[in-house]
Amino acid sequence: MPSEQPVQAPSIAAPSSRTTPRRSQNLWRLRPYLRPHKWRLLIMFSTAILGVGVGLSVPLVTRAIIDGPVTRREIDLLLPLGLLALGLSISEVLLVWVRRWAQSRAVSDLEAALRNDLYIRLQALPMEFHNRWQSGQLLSRVTADLSTIRRFMGFGLLFLVINILQLVVVTVLLLRLYWPLGVVVLVAAAPIIVVSLQFEKKYLAISRLVQDQQGDLATRIEESAVGFRVIKAFGRREHVKQQFDDGAVKLYDTSVDKVRLSARFWTFLGVIPNLTLVIVLLLGALAVGREAITLGTLVAFITLMLSLIWPVSSLGTILAMAQEAMTSADRISEILDTESTITDGPDELVNPRGHLRFENVSFRFSPDSADVLHHIDLDLAPGTTLALVGATGSGKTTLTSLVPRLYDVTGGRITIDGHDVRDLTTRSLRSAVASAFDDPTLFSMSARENITLGRPEATEADVQQALEIAQATFANDLPWGLETRVGEQGMSLSGGQRQRLALARAVLARPSVLVLDDTLSALDVHTEALVEEALRNVLAETTGIVVAHRASTVMLADQVALLENGTITAVGTHQELLATVPAYRQLLAAEEEEVHA
Amino acid sequence: MTTTQQTPHHSPDDEPEEQNDSWRGYAEEGNDELSRATTVRLQKHSRKLLGELLRPYHKMIWLLVVIVLVENGARLAVPYLVSLGIDKGIPPIIASKHGLAGEGSQTLVTVVLVVFASALIQAFARQLFLMRSGRLGQTILLGLRRRVFDHFQRLSPSFHDKYTSGRVISRLTSDVDVIDEMLRTGFDGLVTALLTLVGTAVLLLVLDLQLGLIALLSFPALFMITRWFRRRSAIVYRRTREAVVLVIVHFVESMGGIRAVQAFRREPRNEEIFYDVNDKYREANLESFRINAIFMPSIKGVGNITIVAILAYGGWQAYHGHVTVGVLTAFLLYLRQFFEPLQDISQFYNTFLSASAALEKLSGVLNEKPDVAEPVKPAKPPAHTRGHLELRDVQFQYVDGVRVLPGLQLDVPAGQTLALVGTTGAGKTTIAKLVARFYDPTGGHVLLDGIDLRDLTEDDLRDRVVMVTQENFLFTGTVADNIRFGKPTATMDEIVDAAKVIGAHDFIMALPDGYETAVAKRGSRLSAGQRQLVAFARAFLADPAVLILDEATSSLDIPSERLIQRALRTILDDRTAIVIAHRLSTVETADRVIVLEHGRIIEDGAPSTLITTGGNYAGLHQAWEDSLA
Ligand SMILES: Nc1ncnc2c1ncn2[C@@H]1O[C@H](COP(=O)(O)OP(=O)(O)OP(=O)(O)O)[C@@H](O)[C@H]1O
Ligand SMILES: Nc1ncnc2c1ncn2[C@@H]1O[C@H](COP(=O)(O)OP(=O)(O)OP(=O)(O)O)[C@@H](O)[C@H]1O
Ligand SMILES: [Mg+2]
Repeated sequence: MPSEQPVQAPSIAAPSSRTTPRRSQNLWRLRPYLRPHKWRLLIMFSTAILGVGVGLSVPLVTRAIIDGPVTRREIDLLLPLGLLALGLSISEVLLVWVRRWAQSRAVSDLEAALRNDLYIRLQALPMEFHNRWQSGQLLSRVTADLSTIRRFMGFGLLFLVINILQLVVVTVLLLRLYWPLGVVVLVAAAPIIVVSLQFEKKYLAISRLVQDQQGDLATRIEESAVGFRVIKAFGRREHVKQQFDDGAVKLYDTSVDKVRLSARFWTFLGVIPNLTLVIVLLLGALAVGREAITLGTLVAFITLMLSLIWPVSSLGTILAMAQEAMTSADRISEILDTESTITDGPDELVNPRGHLRFENVSFRFSPDSADVLHHIDLDLAPGTTLALVGATGSGKTTLTSLVPRLYDVTGGRITIDGHDVRDLTTRSLRSAVASAFDDPTLFSMSARENITLGRPEATEADVQQALEIAQATFANDLPWGLETRVGEQGMSLSGGQRQRLALARAVLARPSVLVLDDTLSALDVHTEALVEEALRNVLAETTGIVVAHRASTVMLADQVALLENGTITAVGTHQELLATVPAYRQLLAAEEEEVHA
Repeated sequence: MTTTQQTPHHSPDDEPEEQNDSWRGYAEEGNDELSRATTVRLQKHSRKLLGELLRPYHKMIWLLVVIVLVENGARLAVPYLVSLGIDKGIPPIIASKHGLAGEGSQTLVTVVLVVFASALIQAFARQLFLMRSGRLGQTILLGLRRRVFDHFQRLSPSFHDKYTSGRVISRLTSDVDVIDEMLRTGFDGLVTALLTLVGTAVLLLVLDLQLGLIALLSFPALFMITRWFRRRSAIVYRRTREAVVLVIVHFVESMGGIRAVQAFRREPRNEEIFYDVNDKYREANLESFRINAIFMPSIKGVGNITIVAILAYGGWQAYHGHVTVGVLTAFLLYLRQFFEPLQDISQFYNTFLSASAALEKLSGVLNEKPDVAEPVKPAKPPAHTRGHLELRDVQFQYVDGVRVLPGLQLDVPAGQTLALVGTTGAGKTTIAKLVARFYDPTGGHVLLDGIDLRDLTEDDLRDRVVMVTQENFLFTGTVADNIRFGKPTATMDEIVDAAKVIGAHDFIMALPDGYETAVAKRGSRLSAGQRQLVAFARAFLADPAVLILDEATSSLDIPSERLIQRALRTILDDRTAIVIAHRLSTVETADRVIVLEHGRIIEDGAPSTLITTGGNYAGLHQAWEDSLA
């Protein structure tokens, strides 16, 4: 099981290779998602700013009350000033309400839209991408990372702006109240800025680490859930738990480091305003002593200053949030930036006849590895069936998956009716080609939906016919008939039943090219014979590629191709190859070596 | 043959299922509506869970409370000191006109020094608190992760059949994340909130009883608002948790089956479905934001109105000389200090409630008991298991009313290799799963060396019985890791030996990094046959007394299969084996063959004799021979 090194973990785009300016851009480029909400954003920001203004004017009214009615004994001013304060207070509340209401819609839509787009994107990315990426890393991107961005866009960004605004306005007010003290406050801001910048850098690195480790842990979780039966069968609970534990402890350690870093920063942010307060109090007292300011002004000054404590100390949380959001945006961008190498061509395939040609095809999985397939030349006239025979790992599955462009050839070309498959739209190509894979994937939906995957408009008669061919009529006897949900991975069906449903699915698609990749392996001999009998008729009408390990399956084909060392070494009828190619004879066990020993 | 995929009957979380979406198909569903009783039960469980999680750390928590007390003491002292400075410190300075150098400045200087000291104390305490509580939160989270993970692994396959992996994943990621968020932010906030609440109330009362009482009038209002919020959000957050599960389930499934999705152009349909579940999640989120949008300003409103009331009344009182300006100032400052963080505290409260919903779900899972329970009084099996298997009158059904095994008698002497053949869906895998105790029979007994499997501990059983399943799952990691899975303590030499015996060594050496080649997601780096070889090697390495091979060679080419058969003859020599295969060449190496139909044994005997008796097996064998060449 996985004991993979952390290096290989995030499996793509080494995080450190990204430079800082690039990072903030990734968050910035998400702005189109906010565009539909520009009015809401406008409301959000304007109500927020108004709210700050209103909030700030309350202390000024306080001062007026203390200076006026109390100190100068102008008691008749108390009522109007009190009412003013009340009005301001209530409008502040209303402003907050309006802001949050607008924001609710904007951020929930933003998150959902991003998630949708990511999903669409991921579905469009080629197999090569999906093999490479750990499932947990994908999952953590569409869940955890998106909520991080949502949280920042909703609260963080707003408060970042508001807090900074509030800091500026308050400082200006303080300067105007009594400038020497105001300058003191201004000077105190310098260390905050310096330390914030330092913090930002460190925090970025560590939050990336945490988020990547969360993705790794998600991978382990997913594997422990999907591979549960294997773990059970081997009684490896402890082993798997230990591995999970390693991941969880690693995450714990980095999280604690993160806590330590932010604790220091936040404390620092908390202590600066207090120290400033000490100085202000001292100097203020002096000023009052010299009668440079009134007592009321000093009170107002200190009140205003205390209202700075919260924005400053919460700046810590908000900056942390911003860093995390940037990291998340980076992680998401890694998906959004991956170009799908398999793109639509310009041509539509109309009324395909199914003339399939491989012209000097070669293929390798990655540019720096060796060719898995090379010099493949095949010509399948419409209606003919080719059996593909080869040893385990010889490249049969790979060859067949080149036809529907699950992978693209790296040399030569494949044509259908004369069109290079890369010139066709994937939609028309993939409706012309249907495959039944060696591992039958069923989705958690009704049996009918599973079968009609390739042709949703199929009639009941079509479905029944396909079931008949695949010997899968048992599906009608399920508790709700074809409407029964077949579970996760079709787990509640037996292996053979799953395989037959997957076969029915491929047959029902009525493709012009039908690919059967060792689809009869889990069937007993009798059932297999019945299926083969029925398949014969189907294959008579379409071009077929049948991957086979056994002679009986090979007999379905008009022609057999032997795949050896990545290339086709012999093509002919079964009898011809049996007679002339020893390797072929051996593969199909026609050489009766000690079977009955 | 009847099957259903059902959601659990008494599922801990009855996820809402949309019956109108016919594509999902029908299945026996759990009760959708959360009854009141269930809700109460869940809340009780989740509270208990929270208690259990916190209990081991109660000393630490008390320490944290003390630290917070100190911190808040220092924090709350500041406004008081400021008022002292204004009331007592400044007038002498004004009087003496000598500034700080004069006689009267002592009070002020003292006050300033104390403010300075309390600022430092506050900072120190804050740092300590943030560090300790942050670490504590992570420790609790680690404990929770371990616990839930382990519990999922302990639960029986029948639970997982119904619960589905997507849900397991969402419980362990999304739900735990929500709790993480609460622990990161909520703890700090809630403790501070409570202390500020009490501390400020006391201080206000001490400063001036009358003004204090007016300020306290706001508390009932706050209480009412909070109660409303708690009720509403409990429902909404539960919905959120359930909605996110559907998103994750669909996501995991479509990414897991991406090959079929792409090959059959499932994308547009999937997008619709995803849009749907995602939109439900969005709606749930939106609603939770909206009740927040009401809750938060309401709290603020109460604060603002209180401040204005105090201001007006206090101004009036100060005018009449009943309170000093200093007291009034301090009062206003305290109120501010109370209501200002309260806004964010209500934010924390909100994450707390959201976490409670997640905790409910987790405690639901933790309350699930495995259907296949550990024995209360485990039997002590002999150290060297012989591997005598016995199925006594075994009955089994996955779904009520549909018997897969109507009553099976089977005695497999130690050391025998038994082959099971029969039409697909006859119940072969089911027998294998009963022997591996994935399920307990609904009637009768399965015995290993005379001990009922129900009396064996899981560890004892798994040491003795190992099954290679039809779906040969490979884990992320290297080829060697995957083989080592059979025996975590194995040395590299043992691994290579196992691979050699099975005939996998050659292809592994041909991989770019040999045994250290990463197999990629679900082993997609390997071909189907290669995956099967690796899975086989892993079972071989486990070296159990009873080995069950369920279609372990179905994807291999015939020469590789031959190689395995040859190997099997030596491997299976000294152990009991159950071999399920459609390829009769594998069956022929067995000592005994059983032909199964609809869960009944219709033929039983040595392969060589069965061929001659002209029964069912003979027919199968003939067909097999014909299929070969
Ligand atoms: N994603 C991948 N990246 C790199 N190499 C791969 C990948 N998938 C398969 N291979 C390698 O390519 C070769 C061909 O694999 P393929 O699945 O086509 O074999 P196959 O002929 O279908 O075998 P089988 O009969 O076992 O299904 C194998 O050696 C395999 O290890
Ligand atoms: N988890 C499950 N829940 C409900 N029904 C199930 C479950 N697993 C299997 N079944 C049903 O039980 C019957 C026997 O299944 P089993 O897997 O034992 O068949 P099998 O003989 O191994 O078939 P195959 O050769 O196709 O693997 C089948 O009808 C199957 O649909
Ligand atoms: Mg293959």
